[in-house]
Formats: sequence, structure tokens, C-alpha cells
Amino acid sequence: MSAPEPLIGGPRPPAEILLRDVHVLDPRAGIDARHDVRVRGGRIAELGAPGELEREPRGVDADGEHELIDGGGRLRLLPAFFDPHVHLRTPGQEHKEDLETGTRAAAAGGFCAVIAMPNTDPVLDSAPLLRSLRDAAAREARVPVGFLPAITRGLQGEQLSEMAELRQEGALGFTDDGRPVQSAGMLRKALQYQRLCGGVLSLHEEDPTLSRGGAMHEGAVSAALGIGGIPSVSESTMVARDAELAGYEDARVHFQHLSCAASVDAVAAAKARGWRVSAEVCPHHLLLTEEDVRSMDTRMKMYPPLATDADRVALIEGLRSGTVDCVATDHAPHARDEKEVPFEQAPMGSTGLETAFAALHTGLVLPGVIDLALLVERMTAGAALYELPTPTIALGAPANLTLVDLDAVWIAGEHGWESRSENCCFSGRRLQGRVLLTLAAGAIAHRDRALTMVGA
Amino acid sequence: MNHLISIEDLDRADIERIVAQAERFAEVSDREIKKVPALRGRMVLNLFYEASTRTRSSFELAAKRLSADVVNFAASGSSVEKGESLKDTVLTLSAHKPDAIVLRTPWAGASELVSRWCSAAIVNAGDGKHEHPTQALLDVYTLRQRLGGIDGASIWIVGDVAHSRVARSNVLAFQRMGARVTVAGPPTLIPRGIEQLGCDVRYTLDELASADIVYALRMQRERMSETWVPSLREYASWYQINGRRLTPRQVLMHPGPVNRGVELSGEVVDSPQAVITAQVEAGVVVRMAVLYELLAGRDARPAAAPHAGGAASADPLTAAPSGEPSGEPSAQPVAGGRVA
Repeated sequence: MSAPEPLIGGPRPPAEILLRDVHVLDPRAGIDARHDVRVRGGRIAELGAPGELEREPRGVDADGEHELIDGGGRLRLLPAFFDPHVHLRTPGQEHKEDLETGTRAAAAGGFCAVIAMPNTDPVLDSAPLLRSLRDAAAREARVPVGFLPAITRGLQGEQLSEMAELRQEGALGFTDDGRPVQSAGMLRKALQYQRLCGGVLSLHEEDPTLSRGGAMHEGAVSAALGIGGIPSVSESTMVARDAELAGYEDARVHFQHLSCAASVDAVAAAKARGWRVSAEVCPHHLLLTEEDVRSMDTRMKMYPPLATDADRVALIEGLRSGTVDCVATDHAPHARDEKEVPFEQAPMGSTGLETAFAALHTGLVLPGVIDLALLVERMTAGAALYELPTPTIALGAPANLTLVDLDAVWIAGEHGWESRSENCCFSGRRLQGRVLLTLAAGAIAHRDRALTMVGA
Repeated sequence: MNHLISIEDLDRADIERIVAQAERFAEVSDREIKKVPALRGRMVLNLFYEASTRTRSSFELAAKRLSADVVNFAASGSSVEKGESLKDTVLTLSAHKPDAIVLRTPWAGASELVSRWCSAAIVNAGDGKHEHPTQALLDVYTLRQRLGGIDGASIWIVGDVAHSRVARSNVLAFQRMGARVTVAGPPTLIPRGIEQLGCDVRYTLDELASADIVYALRMQRERMSETWVPSLREYASWYQINGRRLTPRQVLMHPGPVNRGVELSGEVVDSPQAVITAQVEAGVVVRMAVLYELLAGRDARPAAAPHAGGAASADPLTAAPSGEPSGEPSAQPVAGGRVA
């Protein structure tokens, strides 16, 4: 059986573009210098010294016309980012987001591919539904999308979804995201089934017997607000349990959106034992804490909840050391009226695709907490975790590129959003670093209006 | 002061001003005719998403004694049951132009939200497990009547602190007024991190004798079904305030309604140390003071300021405050006659 292409996006003409005198940074390829970069037919065709590459004559056929963008030695060209965790809300909740708006938001944030979660309505847990979603993505998606169907049918935790058949239909892996697989026995069956069909099992870790009734991190702020708390052990004990199960079955698991120091420790311990685990962290957990919830702003309500500053620092340290492998946004759009309710009633989640890079650049790179190369590395590392090629700047590689202006300052949300929803936890914040251009799978997926100012 | 949402927003001077105003209103309550015209022509809307008898009627009485019009809106049997959101309900009711909305909901932060959606003054009459600021103010008032003040006093708040908005508002208010606060109760009902509000935490009543004031919280029976405590019987044996634990010099408080035989024994409820009925009585005058504070000062037009200089605005008992909108010119003589 030949597996279908795991990432699937809409038809777009291959880019023909000359990026003149851009500062190319690809830590994996060992590039950190000014170059001319030519993209021809959607692939990286030439890398030259700044000013070396000539603009090609305007082609006879209009499609082949070459565009010139001058980076002035200042604009950075990075491998485009990969987001292993987004909610595109299709099918069933298209009033929040759909494949087109969600991938447009991804492109605006510099992402060349995303992985969509299955907690849709109906739940993505069957081959026919996966096929129809992939068909829709092939028409509408601005950047390629991979799909993770549910581990258990209907996310109910009671019966495995038809994993082998779903894999055959293009499932990248499986997840019950939004919920834990509460039964260890059920998770073990899925881990065993991985031997038949492969596919990473991606786990949302939470012990509902500890988290029930909670709407934010348990601590001083929840005590002061009288809002039920979710203790961080709700997550970390499940990370430890499932890492051990994965070790026992020699299975491959990925831990989603780590939120606390204890979970980082559990992942480190699992990796030290040689178990095949990986982990992701979200920008909001790296930048915000329970103190940001004090105002009861519902944009700050997410699961897992924003925790303490010590947790935040441990997550940053985990990202730096590699215990945490990659950044994921957990982009979770909700309609305005759904979030305009008292905190305890509000649905959890924040949008994040359009702000991830700028927020992390502003909050971590500019103050010198991590360097830009590490951020780029961690924002592209998600692909390999799902056995996909890592976006890279190399001759012959498909153009998965993002051009950023690290000096551009903007207020998040001031000119609206590409996403259909606006529930962004960074909304209104002053961010530095702006994505000007995104090429995904060889095609132009996003072009900032500001680009004409610097373009040819 | 535009709203009363949290004790956090008040400093000691604010609390003292409201309590002092309540003392002036208490004088009125002893008169044959208990009504003053201070808020004549104003509308107070009671919007209650939770069952409440005493708080709602206390606010209603307070508004009526100030001659305000009162509309009660209970969530049951209303559009809320048809699925209307809090925001839509508030926007709809705001069309009637209430001057104040007294709001009780099961959700923390609801009052703060509503204050952003409409122009009325918002009085938080309980938002989930977060705060119940007028309860704290009336408790401060009651203690002032009884003891003169609570500077340096030791106050123990005993029971289900985790689910109590009264506890949170009172920890803040008592500390603002100079008292030292200890919260005590079973470990499952003391929220982690509460000590960061500045209070001490105890899991037994062994040191209860050191308290000057014992504030017992209501133990809700539904907590049993959620197994927060092994049994009400055991809870009572460890945490009940009874004749054995309460010393004669201590003052006993409770926000009501009391579960006799659970958090309080019958004998202490009826003891002279208990100020529980005084708390209820204080509820009306303190809520009058809060409504007066929010509404009487609120619409003072700059043009009216010269008149407001003297005793007129400071004395709501005899006349409408000079800041009252000009639509009610005939109010003063009538009102004056009534109160005299």
C-alpha cells in the first residue's frame, strides 16, 4: 500500500521570486549570512552573494514572471515555521474558523504547514470524514495541513478508532486532544496498535479527577479570585504515567502543550531512560502566567492553564535544553460572543498563529533569554516529530520560507486578524518582529501589505 | 466610586465613609417613617441569577427607604431560561435606564464584566465564589456597633473557605480595618494559596480561644455529596462552634442562613455573643449607604456644585442631594415634610 501524501494544501502556482540581499538564517543548515536567494518553480534554485544574482528577464508567459524583493541586508529569511497543534474547527464549528481562514492565519504567522486536531463536530474519527476533510484542504488550504484523527471514537475514551484504516487514508498520527485518554488500559491498546499502523500518538495530559471544577491554575490567584483551581499535578502525573506506558510498549508518544515545571521534569526523566517521547510548548505558557488571569480576561483562559512564573521559567529552560522539542500554538479560535461571558463559563483557548513568532521574539529573543537561531530551530522542529521533512533553506528544497522584519513594531490585532476569531491572549500587546512574506510548499501563501514598501 | 465590585477597590477611608453613612441611615430606621427622599426618581434593578431571599430583600428595602424605584429581575422564569446570554440580558434591561444594577450570579467576575456593558452603577451582590462586598461592609459595620472598632483584633473565619465569597471579601475588609485574620477549616475546604491574601491558616480549632471574633461560614449540604468532608457529623465534631469552644468574651458572627447543629450549635446561635440578627439589620442600612454613595454623588453636575458646598449634600436625611438631576424640582419640600 502506498501512503497518501500526509500534508495537503490547495493548488497554488509555484513561486518565481528573487530575494535580494536578505539575511538568511537556517541554524540546521549552518547558514547565518546575507545572500541572494532565487526561488524558481517553487524550489530554492540559487543562493548567491548579496547583489550577485541578476533579475531574470520578465518571462514570456505571465505566470513565470519574476518578482524581486530587496531585503536591504536587513530583512531575515528563515525556514518557515511548522505548527503541530492547531484547531481549524472544521467540520461543525465554521463560525469560529475554517480551513481557509485558519491556514490564512498560519501563513500570516510565517507557518508553512499545520497539523489540525480532531475535536470537531463530528469528531474526526473515521476514514470517510478524513477523506472529505483532505479533499476540502486540497481546495481551500492556504498552507498544507496534516490531520490527527482521534485515538478513541468520538473522543469518548472507550473504543479505538479505526487506526489502520485512518493511516491508510493519510492520518499523520492520533490524538484525543482536548481530553486525556483517561484509562491507562485504553491508551495501552492504542500504543500496541501503533506497531501495526505507525503514527505518533499525541497526548493531551490531564487527570480529570484532579482538574474537575477548575478553570485556572490552582494557586494564589485562584484562591484570591474564588475560581476553582487545576493543580499542575493534574498534568504532570499523567505525563509520567503515559511516558512509562510508552516505554513499556516501546511506542512513540508526543506530549502536547506542557504547562508546568513538573511535566518538564517528567519528560526529561523519560528521555533519560531512552523512551521515545517528545514534547511541545505554547507561546502563552512561555510568556504569560496566572497573574495575567487576575483580570479574569477570558482570552487568558486556556487548558492547560497559565501557571506560575517558576513554571514559565522551567518551560523556557526545557525549550532551551531540548527536553521540550518544539513550539506549538494550540491555536484555538472562539467566536466573540462565546468568550464574552464570565470567566468560569468561557470556553478555553486562545488564537496564536498570527502572533507566535512576534510574541516569542519580543518576549524571549529581544531580552536575550534565548537567541533567534534557537527560536527558529524550535519553531520548525515539529515537522520531524511527525516524520515529515523539516523546512530548510537548501538548494533544491521546496520553498518553505518566511521573510521577517525584526525591527517592525506593531500592536497585535490593531488591523484585525486573518483568523475568523479574535480571542488572542496577546491582543493589544506591542510586538516587535513582523512576518512579511511566507512561502509554503513552493507557493506564496502570505504577503504583508508593508512588503510593497520594501519591495522592488 | 462608580461601582462596588470588590473590596480590593476600597481603602480604609472608603470603608469608614460608607460605614459612617450607614450609621446616619440607621437613625432613620428608628423613626416612625423610615423613608428618605435621597434617591427619589432613581431606578435600582435587582438582577439575581441565584436564589437569594435575604440579600435581595435587603437591597430592595434599602432602595425603597431611599425612595428609589426598584425592579426585581430573577433569572428563573425569565428570558435567561430561554438561553439569553448575560450580556444580552444586561443590554436589554439597560434599555430601561436603571441607575444601579444589583447583581448576583454564580460566576466570578460577572459584575466587573457587566460594568463594562452598561452605564449603570454596578453593585456586586455576590459573584460566584469570588466576592460579596456588601456582606463584608455590613460585617465591619456590625463589629463597629458592637466593639467600636477592630484595630488589632484577631478574627477567625471558620468553615468552608474554598466555596465562600463571604470569606474572601471579609479577609480583605477585616485586614483593611486593622484586624488580623485567620482562616480555619478542613484542609479540603481551604484553598491552596489563600495565605497569600495575608491571613493565617489553621486546620484545627485548637487555638480558637485566641480569637476576639469568631466568624462561622455556612456549611452547604451539597458539599457532602461531592465528598469534600467525610461526613457532616465528623465535620461538626471538629469544626462546629459550640458552647464548649466559644468563650464568653468572643463575638460570634455568621452570614446566614445558619445550619443549626452543623457549623453552629443551637445554644451559641441564641447566645448573647451572637450578633447574627444585628448583621441582618445592618444589611439594610449599609446597602442604603452603598446605593447612596454610588448614586447620590454620581450625577452631580458641575453647575450644581456651588449648592453642594454646604451641608445639603452631606445630609441625605432631610432633603434630596443638590446633585440630583433637575427633573424633580418639587421633591424637596415634600420630602422635607415627610421626614420631619
